[in-house]
Amino acid sequence: MKLHSRHLLGLENVTADEINLILDTAESFREIIDRPIKKVPTLRGVTVLNLFYESSTRTRISFELAEKRLSADTIGFSPLVSSVKKGESLKDTVRNIEAMKIDMVVVRHSSAGVPYYLTHCVESNIINAGDGSHEHPTQALLDLFSIRKKCGKLAGLRVVLIGDVKHSRVVRSNIWGLKTMGASVAVCGPSTLLPYEVEKFGVDVYTNLDEAIDGADVVNIMRIQLERQQAGLLPSQREYTNLFGMTGERLKRLNKNFTIMHPGPMNRGVEITPEVADHESSVILEQVTNGQAIRMAVLYLLSGKKEQEG
Amino acid sequence: MGKVAEETLLDKKGIERAITRISHEILEKNDGADTLVIIGILTRGADLAKRIAGKIKEIEGVDIPVGLLDINLYRDDVHGKLDQPIIQRTEILFNVVDRNVILVDDVLFTGRTIRAALDAIVDFGRARSIQLAVLIDRGHRELPIRPDYVGKNIPTSKDDRVLVRLGERDDREVVVAEKAALKAETENKGRKKE
Repeated sequence: MKLHSRHLLGLENVTADEINLILDTAESFREIIDRPIKKVPTLRGVTVLNLFYESSTRTRISFELAEKRLSADTIGFSPLVSSVKKGESLKDTVRNIEAMKIDMVVVRHSSAGVPYYLTHCVESNIINAGDGSHEHPTQALLDLFSIRKKCGKLAGLRVVLIGDVKHSRVVRSNIWGLKTMGASVAVCGPSTLLPYEVEKFGVDVYTNLDEAIDGADVVNIMRIQLERQQAGLLPSQREYTNLFGMTGERLKRLNKNFTIMHPGPMNRGVEITPEVADHESSVILEQVTNGQAIRMAVLYLLSGKKEQEG
Repeated sequence: MGKVAEETLLDKKGIERAITRISHEILEKNDGADTLVIIGILTRGADLAKRIAGKIKEIEGVDIPVGLLDINLYRDDVHGKLDQPIIQRTEILFNVVDRNVILVDDVLFTGRTIRAALDAIVDFGRARSIQLAVLIDRGHRELPIRPDYVGKNIPTSKDDRVLVRLGERDDREVVVAEKAALKAETENKGRKKE
């Protein structure tokens, strides 16, 4: 069993076997994080560039720690204090850094397709850490991992993704991954935040939260992305909270043994109440820990794959 | 034709006897089982580790903690290989600090696996000692490593293959050598040479 691509650009074209390989490998790596010495020498000599054109706390730190726990050398990059300020293009930036001999690039960018574009500019393995509203594959993989760990399976579960479906890359990656693994997926949000023809993803579509979560096994609550909001999509934050906020009262509609997830960062009191966020069925912090194991698994599985393989 | 020449090195009874003797030697050298923990290298070393722990329980009536170790993350030849080896789960759910660790593998050959295992165990803490038990020592070391307990010493040629098959995961229980010389001859003549 192996991965077909030497890059991880999204989950759209990743098979169930490949997802299982990544999740199983992450299961093995999860143990390393709990050791007294949280480090293995596996990626010694491998240099990874963390190219974050957009701000990030969790994903960036998670990738950096995953790289360090595998003994890779890491370089951080942030456009604000680099020659991007002087007008250097994305392509030139990456090619110049690659000229200093790096092996892998973890990239986050506000434009969809940047990771794909980079595969044509440089020879390094490219890992997408979020591109615009397109995909965020490692987040979806860690969501799958967290669900599988808690529920013991993925196939046959009813998973509801709530919030800004239109702008959320986490939602898109989750839809691909969950459907590949045989889960039944529903999305729910205000109609202004649902993309046109969203049903073509093969998901159930709801604009009423109470109907959407009726009998759900997992609810994954997305952040209202204030930085991606154009004017007029939401009448007010307060109205959103009333109609689509996850409250303690609404938990009663879920299946028993339900699971609450949120990819972070949370707007407490907007899309999720503190009562739900800190509920015993919430795996929000486990998601963060599991994310490291997933990223270790992805780095490990891709690192052996050199250029000519395609 | 097609069948590679095999020489049986240990049969079911032989494996059983070797494990019994190794278990006695471990207890003798360590003055009982109080300070012992056993770590088996996945996959078949782990099976043997569980058997040794079972045997020691039979002899001394003591349950010894058994850990499973995947050494792939510590290999020195991971890069350059096209596909990464599948990582199995390492399970060392006890403290190795100040314990006498019995490291178990099926076949000792170049010593590189053991080097990786030693590095891994050191990451779990400072053991009082690490002792090596193997079912087969086939020689051809590339590193300064020697076993403390050996089931059977077998002189082999470097190109031979030594296969350990255990009831836990295989359809038979035996240790066999596939002879390189015989194998080549078999292929040349197109028939089995005894």
